[in-house]
Amino acid sequence: MATDPIVELLEKNARQSPAEIAALTGLEEAAVAARVAELEESGAILGYHAIIDPERAGADHVTAFIEVKLVPERDGGFDRLALRIAKFEQVRSCYLMSGGYDLVVIVSGHSLQDVAKFVSEKLSTLDGVTSTATHFHLKTYKQDGFLAHHESEPTRLPVSP
Amino acid sequence: MPVQIADSVKSIPRSGIRDFFEIVLGRDDVISLGVGEPDYATPWHIREAAIFSLEKGMTSYTSNLGLESLRKAISGYVESQFRTTYDPKSEVLVSVGVSEALDLACRALLNPGDEVLYHEPCYVSYNPSIALAGGVPVSVPTYARDAFALKIENLEAAVTPKTKVLMLNFPTNPTGAIEPPEELEKIAAFAIKHDLTVITDEIYCELIYENPQDHVSIASLPGMRERTILLHGFSKAFAMTGFRLGYACAPEMIIEAMMKIHQYAMLCAPITSQVAALEALEGGNDCVVEMRKSYGHRRRLIVDGFNQAGLPCHTPGGAFYAFPDIRPTGLSSKEFAMGLLEAEDVACVPGDAFGETGEGFLRCCYATDINLIREALERIGRYVTSLEGAPELQGSAAV
Repeated sequence: MATDPIVELLEKNARQSPAEIAALTGLEEAAVAARVAELEESGAILGYHAIIDPERAGADHVTAFIEVKLVPERDGGFDRLALRIAKFEQVRSCYLMSGGYDLVVIVSGHSLQDVAKFVSEKLSTLDGVTSTATHFHLKTYKQDGFLAHHESEPTRLPVSP
Repeated sequence: MPVQIADSVKSIPRSGIRDFFEIVLGRDDVISLGVGEPDYATPWHIREAAIFSLEKGMTSYTSNLGLESLRKAISGYVESQFRTTYDPKSEVLVSVGVSEALDLACRALLNPGDEVLYHEPCYVSYNPSIALAGGVPVSVPTYARDAFALKIENLEAAVTPKTKVLMLNFPTNPTGAIEPPEELEKIAAFAIKHDLTVITDEIYCELIYENPQDHVSIASLPGMRERTILLHGFSKAFAMTGFRLGYACAPEMIIEAMMKIHQYAMLCAPITSQVAALEALEGGNDCVVEMRKSYGHRRRLIVDGFNQAGLPCHTPGGAFYAFPDIRPTGLSSKEFAMGLLEAEDVACVPGDAFGETGEGFLRCCYATDINLIREALERIGRYVTSLEGAPELQGSAAV
């Protein structure tokens, strides 16, 4: 199934209005607005946010990627535990992964100690969590399709055949 | 005695684009819709393969026809894209851009006095390439009322016993026209009837917006392969204009003839570009699909914008140019283009740079940042309104 063109456009730039999307796709503006509402309602679109380079934004928080191993449960596999973890405010993202560990949990805190405290007090102590491995984020090169360090725009000749 | 320039060169008129270019260069902060190339840098995986080849020290000549691996990949690509088979060993020539392949084709085929039919408005190099090879360029008009498709009756009106070659370019620079399949069949029959060789420049064929997979090359039609030189390249679909890499596919004896010229004039296409081209073909066409989608959005925006501004503009089936009709303003193409540049700092190429039938039109490239397109359309709207006797929004009847 091909991706909805409206979703594709919003993924690249969420600030485009239904009118702008309509102008690019030939759809009616009202139809675009209705479709976007449908996508938001169904959870296909979870939300919108600006994609930030924390270094440049002067962010004062610290981010860590935590590999978590879980004991799968009889009814529901990893879902119950994963949701329990995901609901913590500090958890920015939470994914089920194939390979050597089960979940990757991306956590944000005020400081290294803050994150470490969350892991040791709230995460590792959960029933069903068998191990965690914490990796601290140092620098962003690319985030969600956007390069953090722009290649300078290539300049073309202003007129060419 | 001062140096004497060759008559054949003296007789080539100054390029209309070149003059316009000089004027635009002299101004600051112009929004230019006068470009003829993608607004993307070549996709990274292609650039990276080229860089890696240099690191490995691949800097020598290749065989005249081009790297065998590249010719094999081209043969496979042409098979799937154009549904015609060419032997990579003897029926594919890798050239320095389609520009060189076109020049080779003309020089390989034309004897002095041989006539070549080509449709206008067209790319700026066709007429001079034919003339420089000693041929006689014979232009065939196309019209906005036909969405600039080439009509058989216009070809029949122009053919003579001296006609040897028919040159085609679909999708067309500057009109964006695509040739409907039923017209293409008539043209094939025409070429066979008059025993013509066809040179078909299909450089924009991946950039077709409705059903791109249905593109038909004249080379694939019955009776045509033996008399067609298929030209294609990497500049537009893969955003590799600066790499200067193209190719010709044709029966062995034509390639052999083209090779004879190519081996002395060029020796071979640059090896770095050939390696890049190989990666382009092997790396899959996701990048092409993405770029095409984005051009498609911008096509809609710009065509609607021109129509709303009172300049009738057909929806081009391919390439990345809009070709609005500025005749409702009563100005010539040059007057409009210059006036627009001076009043609003927007550059579009006057249509007469592409032949007589381009007079009254403007070529506007939508391979440009979307916000710049929006801004340019606003300024164009303002300019059109400011002209005396501003056109009614209904637009005039298109010829």
